[in-house]
Amino acid sequence: MVKVRVWGSLAAATEDRTEVEVDATTLRELLDALAARYPALRPQLDRGVSVAIDGKVYNDSWFQPIREDSEVVLLARLKGG
Amino acid sequence: MALDTKSETRQFTVVGTRPLRPDGIDKVTGRARFGADMTAPGMLIGLVLRSPHAHAKIKRIDTSAAEALPGVHAVVTRADFPVIEDNDFIADILDNCMAGEKALYDGHAVAAIAASSGAIARKALKLIKVDYEVLPHVTDVDAAMKPGAPVLHEGRANETVPEGMSSNVVARYEFGHGDIGAGLASADRVLERTYRTEATHQGYIEPHACLAQMGPDGQADLWCCTQGQYMVRDTCAAILGLKQGQLRVTASEIGGGFGGKTTVFLEPVALALARKSGRPVKMVMTRSEVLRATGPTASSSIDIKLGMTKDGRITAGFAELRYQGGAYPGSPVEFGAMSAFAPYDLDHVKTVGWDVVTNRPKQAAYRAPGAPMAAFAVESAIDELAKGFGLDPLEVRLKNAAREGTRASYGVTYPAIGLEATLRRAKDHPHWTAPLGPNQGRGVACGFWFNFGGNTCVSMNIAPDGTVNVIEGNPDIGGSRASMSMMAAEELGISYDQVRTVIADTASLGLNDVTDGSRVTFAVGLATIEAARDAKREMCKRAAMVWGIEEDAVEWKDGAAHPAGPNAGSHPPMTLAEIAAIASNTGGPIAGHYEVNAEGAGVSFATHMVDTEVDPETGAVKILRYTVFQDAGKAVHPAYVEGQFQGGAVQGIGWALNEEYIYGADGTLQNAGFLDYRIPVASDLPMIDTVILEIPNPGHPYGVRGVGETSIVPPLATIANAVSAASGVRMADLPMSPPKVLAAIKGA
Repeated sequence: MVKVRVWGSLAAATEDRTEVEVDATTLRELLDALAARYPALRPQLDRGVSVAIDGKVYNDSWFQPIREDSEVVLLARLKGG
Repeated sequence: MALDTKSETRQFTVVGTRPLRPDGIDKVTGRARFGADMTAPGMLIGLVLRSPHAHAKIKRIDTSAAEALPGVHAVVTRADFPVIEDNDFIADILDNCMAGEKALYDGHAVAAIAASSGAIARKALKLIKVDYEVLPHVTDVDAAMKPGAPVLHEGRANETVPEGMSSNVVARYEFGHGDIGAGLASADRVLERTYRTEATHQGYIEPHACLAQMGPDGQADLWCCTQGQYMVRDTCAAILGLKQGQLRVTASEIGGGFGGKTTVFLEPVALALARKSGRPVKMVMTRSEVLRATGPTASSSIDIKLGMTKDGRITAGFAELRYQGGAYPGSPVEFGAMSAFAPYDLDHVKTVGWDVVTNRPKQAAYRAPGAPMAAFAVESAIDELAKGFGLDPLEVRLKNAAREGTRASYGVTYPAIGLEATLRRAKDHPHWTAPLGPNQGRGVACGFWFNFGGNTCVSMNIAPDGTVNVIEGNPDIGGSRASMSMMAAEELGISYDQVRTVIADTASLGLNDVTDGSRVTFAVGLATIEAARDAKREMCKRAAMVWGIEEDAVEWKDGAAHPAGPNAGSHPPMTLAEIAAIASNTGGPIAGHYEVNAEGAGVSFATHMVDTEVDPETGAVKILRYTVFQDAGKAVHPAYVEGQFQGGAVQGIGWALNEEYIYGADGTLQNAGFLDYRIPVASDLPMIDTVILEIPNPGHPYGVRGVGETSIVPPLATIANAVSAASGVRMADLPMSPPKVLAAIKGA
């Protein structure tokens, strides 16, 4: 199981918890598992998120490995100027 | 793709030097072709009719008289565009390019004309009759959030917005950790203050311009000034119902973007006119159109609560940020909320962000979108508390600085970061202890930006004479052609002047993300290095064929293939030029390429320092001295890195002191020109000093970090802290224009 931090305003979609656990070994599995376990997260997942894994930010790489002890943080989808 | 552990400790030959920029001669001689320089046989001139109202229902548009005018070849309104039902992001861009049921801001496009001359097009615009029902408007973020405020859209709030709020509030974000109440309770002093910033435009000198043509077979070409030709292709294809592969977009030289050219304004309209007329259509905005109808950044209103002990430890930080991003959802408030306290190691921190719509033009990205306003508020509050306790503001920042292992306010635990290094360098710099005169004040502040990588393709072609072309897909807005040529030369072991980098159109390379997010030197640089390594492998293979040895018995060094290992035998090295000359005999042309979604970019921090002088009689502020301290990872071309640092500081000076969108009571923009919207000019500024720190980014082969955005994050607070010190009055509203500063002094 991987622990995932979600930002505060998403806690309403995760039973008021800002840290949840899902079974995932890759980024794709993580996002699928979050959507399946917390359907109320889906609108935000559809709008787009970035995911920080051990301090590095990933946007799209489905098969980025995630270890059980990785720090995983859901972030608003990053963009720049 | 993860890019961990790729950084190398190495001595560079080309990287780190300052060769002449490859676009320099073209630009100073006028030979460079910008968006407005494109022409085509049979070309028409396109012009846009814009709403004179801040908010109005469009009851009817009669284009018949305009269409009947000789020389007019096409008129388009929203009725000429497909209905987009399943994609709010694209639907909003279309609505911003051509209004539908309502005009949502002064300058909103309502119709467009293509005519055989500009004079005819201008005459035809006057013949279009638009029947408006003028509606109440709102342009201020706080006013727009109040119950009873004029409503732009119904039903656009997402699931994060509590019931009962104005329909203008469309999203809520919350970040942080700890217990704010407990943290504030443990402070020796709690500061509560509201800070406001105005919308500012990116101020690029080149207005938007494009040339579109489309054949009856649906194949289309578009030339335009943009930060991302692939973005233009994909957005226009979605808006117009085209296939991406049928629309080829070529980016011109670009006269500045700073984030403002990461979306489309004219391009879908020009394509629609070209489709309808069957002729090429050229469109060029006036400066007034740029200011009225393209994206400035958001304006903001931010409440801060900050607790500090008397020895300078921040016990808790809270920020409530309200950003208006114009007439559509999408202000960068989430990035403001994520970045506000990012430089600090706090046990108790919370930020709440509100995205609000108003009757203003749709905001566009502007360097580190959303972060400068948040940093202005937080860094001002830190400064005020520190000075209230009689503490050194740099020492207070050092005491609270985020370091490796700090859990950032937005949730991530930092790897090795460079904030502390910038602060220590600032403290040791002679600027920090230089004497100040009467009415002068010094300010410091820190800033943070995320940076990212993204989709990137690079091809590298070895010409028969041994010269090299790097083909990349990102418009050069900050010196990337020079940087790519330098990294290619470094990797290949040849001289810089043997490499030329060109920017490809959308049909010539795979997808490249927009030139934004400080991504290009990082991501395209990485791809360039890997493409060069691909080409080197091929050249080693060709040398092995000539020598009759195994490929793995050949190595590349100093610009040549060398036999290596005990069984390689003795052969004179073959240079790149020698291998290129016989490529036809050894298997054909030699090229390298690399395609990647370069994820895992490193975050970036900066510290800025400024001295200002305030004229107590007029309120005018003079910038006396300014120094930027920032981590570049590895400065590929230091002059361009310095330019990025200086440019960010100067744009921040404009944002802090003079730039603002001024709306009249009728909601129309009062200062849509550079005479009244005042950006800094050379005579306003001292030389901006820069200190480049090089703390290698482990995610890049040469250690490069993006540098383009972080430099605009600290200036607003840096200057406000200096002006507050010089005037004796805390300045919490931007811009600090002379009337506002004078009023603050008189009111103190």
